Amino acid sequence: MTSADLLQLGLYAVALLACVKPLGWYMARVYVGRVPGLEKALGPAEQLVYRLARVDRAAEMTWQRYAAALLGFSFVSVLAVYAVQRLQRVLPLNPEGRPAVSPDSSFNTAVSFATNTNWQGYGGESAMSYFTQMAALTVQNFLSAAAGMAVLVALIRGFARANSPTIGNFWVDLTRGTLYILLPLSLAFALVLTSQGVVQTLSPYQQVRLLEPAADADGNPVTTQAIAVGPAASQVAVKQLGTNGGGFFNANSAHPLENPTPLSNFLQCLAILLIPAALCWTFGEMVGDRRQGWALLAAMTVIFVAMLAVCVWAERRPNPAVAVSGVEQPGGNMEGKETRLGVANTALWATATTAASNGSVNGMHDSFTPLGGLVPLWLMQLGEVVFGGVGSGLYGMLVFAVVAVFLAGLMVGRTPEYLGKKVGAFEVKMASLVVLLPCAMVLVATAAGVLFEDGRKGTANPGPHGFSEILYAASSAANNNGSAFAGLSANTPFYNGLLGVAMLVGRFGVMVPVLALAGSLAARGKVPAGPGTLPTHGPLFVGLLVAVVVVVGALSFFPALALGPVVEHLAAGS
Amino acid sequence: MTTSVAKPGWLSPGVILPALWAAVLKLDPRQQVKNPVMFAVYLGSILTTVLGLRALNGSGDEPAGFVLGVSGWLWATVLFANLAEALAEGQGKAQAAALRAARSQVTANRLVDGRTEPVPASALRLGDLVRVVAGEVIPADGEVVEGVASVDESAVTGESAPVVRESGGDRSAVTGGTRVISDWLVVKVTATPGQSFLDRMIAMVEGAKRQKTPNEIALAILLAALTLIFLLVVVTLQPFSAYCADVSGRGRAVSVTVLVALLVCLAPTTIGALLSAIGIAGMNRLSRANVVALSGRAVEAAGDVDVLLLDKTGTITLGNRQANRFVPAEGVAERDLAEAAQLASLADETPEGRSIVVLAKTRYGLRGRDLEQVKPSFVPFTARTRMSGVDLDGHVVRKGAADSVEAHVNGFGGTFPAGVRAVVEGIARAGGTPLVVSRDATVLGVIELKDVVKGGIKERFAELRRMGIRTVMITGDNPLTAAAIAAEAGVDDYLAEATPEAKLALIREYQTGGRLVAMTGDGTNDAPALAQADVAVAMNTGTQAAKEAGNMVDLDSNPTKLIEVVNIGKQLLMTRGALTTFSISNDVAKYFAILPAAFAATYPELRALDLMGLASPASAILAAVIFNAVIIVALVPLALKGVRYRPVGAAQLLRDNLLVYGVGGLVVPFVGIKLIDIMLSALGLA
Repeated sequence: MTSADLLQLGLYAVALLACVKPLGWYMARVYVGRVPGLEKALGPAEQLVYRLARVDRAAEMTWQRYAAALLGFSFVSVLAVYAVQRLQRVLPLNPEGRPAVSPDSSFNTAVSFATNTNWQGYGGESAMSYFTQMAALTVQNFLSAAAGMAVLVALIRGFARANSPTIGNFWVDLTRGTLYILLPLSLAFALVLTSQGVVQTLSPYQQVRLLEPAADADGNPVTTQAIAVGPAASQVAVKQLGTNGGGFFNANSAHPLENPTPLSNFLQCLAILLIPAALCWTFGEMVGDRRQGWALLAAMTVIFVAMLAVCVWAERRPNPAVAVSGVEQPGGNMEGKETRLGVANTALWATATTAASNGSVNGMHDSFTPLGGLVPLWLMQLGEVVFGGVGSGLYGMLVFAVVAVFLAGLMVGRTPEYLGKKVGAFEVKMASLVVLLPCAMVLVATAAGVLFEDGRKGTANPGPHGFSEILYAASSAANNNGSAFAGLSANTPFYNGLLGVAMLVGRFGVMVPVLALAGSLAARGKVPAGPGTLPTHGPLFVGLLVAVVVVVGALSFFPALALGPVVEHLAAGS
Repeated sequence: MTTSVAKPGWLSPGVILPALWAAVLKLDPRQQVKNPVMFAVYLGSILTTVLGLRALNGSGDEPAGFVLGVSGWLWATVLFANLAEALAEGQGKAQAAALRAARSQVTANRLVDGRTEPVPASALRLGDLVRVVAGEVIPADGEVVEGVASVDESAVTGESAPVVRESGGDRSAVTGGTRVISDWLVVKVTATPGQSFLDRMIAMVEGAKRQKTPNEIALAILLAALTLIFLLVVVTLQPFSAYCADVSGRGRAVSVTVLVALLVCLAPTTIGALLSAIGIAGMNRLSRANVVALSGRAVEAAGDVDVLLLDKTGTITLGNRQANRFVPAEGVAERDLAEAAQLASLADETPEGRSIVVLAKTRYGLRGRDLEQVKPSFVPFTARTRMSGVDLDGHVVRKGAADSVEAHVNGFGGTFPAGVRAVVEGIARAGGTPLVVSRDATVLGVIELKDVVKGGIKERFAELRRMGIRTVMITGDNPLTAAAIAAEAGVDDYLAEATPEAKLALIREYQTGGRLVAMTGDGTNDAPALAQADVAVAMNTGTQAAKEAGNMVDLDSNPTKLIEVVNIGKQLLMTRGALTTFSISNDVAKYFAILPAAFAATYPELRALDLMGLASPASAILAAVIFNAVIIVALVPLALKGVRYRPVGAAQLLRDNLLVYGVGGLVVPFVGIKLIDIMLSALGLA
């Protein structure tokens, strides 16, 4: 690791941590109901939404009703995105005349965006009309992110409340998260991005003359090239902030019109972790003990920094496959990376985008060294709890905290309690489901991928790397990340269907138990802390939490990782 | 403490031999299915046995010796788990047998219309009256309605000193199976046969009524979830390995035998095997401490107790107040005061009165003089005069509460000196009881009576505080007195002028604040509070109502026994937590042993993961399976004895246990598997 690397990574960490408190404080205000300043401007809009949707904002929901509202809303979202894709030929804003997207790809994409995964089997500029990108995909980028935050807030209320049958109102949480958090931040960020040169236009693709004419496959001379443009900045802003990750262009943030400058790269990378990190503070504020929020943030940061170090170290090393040809590689493994971004920035992005369930990329993970590629792969397999998706990351981490508290509580000889809430059989059952389902989905989807011929033929590389490609796709979908080892040809009915199901299970198979947990915790009384209570804000608990996350992730995926990246690494080294 | 009749160790042959047989009987699938983790191992054993038999016929995918070796050790794993449970149960059974011997068939003398008729004890019904004379065994639980007798309760309590049982009051309850050793009693039967206290106690220690406690259920869910994850890991590993073998063109898919071995090694079998043994052993420890829990839930709850309510009298202080010093009035010699006080107390048989005589004797060598010649006329204490004393040689000596003595002295035309009033107030403020002594019209001075706090009690409360338990003293005293004793005894809080309603309200208040309350009690007026408390330990000497209301009965009637109960409750949880952590940490080493072995043919590169340098793939897998089985046996003593609890802060306890069971669990299997591997290859077995 060079000193320039350290400087850039250090700057990133400082900028991120500096934003935690102000943004976390602001978000807490949004969810407890009083937003200074903005409420005056946006309050009427909020009221209008409730009037149109006939929502009684004071009506509290039980966890079952909250979950039903969430599921109903997500179902409608999937239907809407599916319909827009299927009908895009006849819908407006289609200057390139894109035809309807195939049914299986439409299903996959609809699920992908409604679950905040943004797995993309399609190429944005070659498949989607401007209308589809704006009215279907970008809308889901906001709403699926707001839904994730709503579930988190419901869980936080479960911890904060005592003897309460209800956990809040889904419609209110959804509306406020969108209106007061995601919209203002995205608007500001989109403006900054356009200032850096990210395109934002409704005009058709630009035809430009090639400086150096080329020939196509049949030998005909080619003198012009179509440059894809479109309303990119507005989508890119929320794609980063809402841990969505679905690029406007196929190359995602490696594309010069999606991520043109070092500053845009820095800010986009910062935007990935911004809200997930700040939500830790929001959590501490809302449960009335800020140290608890810092402890969770510390646990996330510890894992993140360790993984980042491995990734940068691995990518700084020369690629052994290139080294055999005698080529010097002073910059490290540059295959699949933008030279304008370099190793450190690409490794940082890869680590951040998979720590959070973002999934946007500024380089190709498929071309990372085996160990460098293991980092994003494993970060997803940890269940997307290291920062994780907006809302979803922290509620996942809270579930791990419940498991850690359960073990720790037993070891100190008391019925385990977290934030004054006893952890009983029901809580353990729900926490187990949250941990179990994504793991199971990754393993089962990977097994399906290697068992069926349709799955096996999708891999671009034979041997361990091909296995890694399938494993990566399953891990990404089941944990709602959305990034890909691009080698896998996934836009087939087989993968569109398989990964669509994995995304649904990974999202709602987790959200529903989390809401059940919230409901059960809210109904419990609060136990005041005493000297016999295990403190959950100190380094010891942070260490235990890290250990639980890492051990569960390691034990579940040790064999799979050994057969993919590990053996690939060992074989390349030998 | 006392010696108990039922304390068999878990290593005695009387426990081990039946346990071995019971372990085999527990192979019944109906038993096995109750424990999901071990049921997985059980199914694996059956599966590998079938595979082994097929391999013997030459149609297996691994050598028959290897498959049968794995299979044998899987069966051993199941048997070891059964054995652990059987050992714990055996301990309980031995205790129950000792108790049952006490309940040998006895004949009861039932009172019918004033005459007695002999009937078997089993024919007694609720409300029957029986007469029991010296030398006879009390046939059933009951309440004394007539008579006073000393009763030997050692069969139940292990306490050899006989206790007095009499009608009325708090000493009227008798237990079936105990023996009257002097006088006689008429007992009203309060329990039908089979429902008696002794029966419930036997059922409890035998585990017949043992239900899973809330934390045990929660842990079982977590373990089942882990097992399910590992099952998926192992099941999907088959297609993964087939794919890898296919694309690399080397080796073949991992065999079912190896997959089963991997599953058993990864599943939390260590804790799964010992889970029920830990629970049973906890109950056994409790009965060895001479406490009978009427529900397992209460034992676990004891570990969580936040607040402990204790009666002052008999628990914190010695039963009665004692004279502590004499404070003479101005112009009166202390010796004079002491003499008058002694005279006034000579006929006072109360412990307070005796303590005054004793104090006067020890301080001034004053002896009770020969009073026959002076013809004293003793005046006993009455509620009206609130004084007692003696009329002697024409003098009127009295002692009593300040205001009563003041009125009495005023009646003689005397005055109550201001100096004495100040002393009286000072003593009351400090928590003592002032008794004023007068002779005729003169106030001689004040006797200070004080509660004497039991030796060592302060240290016990400090220990409780370190455990995180708040102690609250309950007393009928006025707040001033209560505060002073509370300070001296070192309790955290007190409830003065306590009525049964006030006690109940206090418990409810703590519970509303989310705290778990424990209390000890013996009187009938404690029953409502005992019923409300989360952990309620009734004294065996207490009334039937108190025993019914509590969820534990302390046979030694030792109010500070709660500390031990709390310890046992905490140990129960800690042992489960520690072994779970140990079990999961173990998995890391097992992966490093088995994975390189399983893929030795397909990916020889993975040999780099074989950190232990094991002899061969077969011996690596066998060593891991053997370690997994043997560690269960090695940990049986820990499961039965429990992890030691120390009253240090929760954070330090966690740190220590993580270090021992987490880090230890990480390291131990690396060493263990390597050693077993060395032995296997030395013996040429694999």
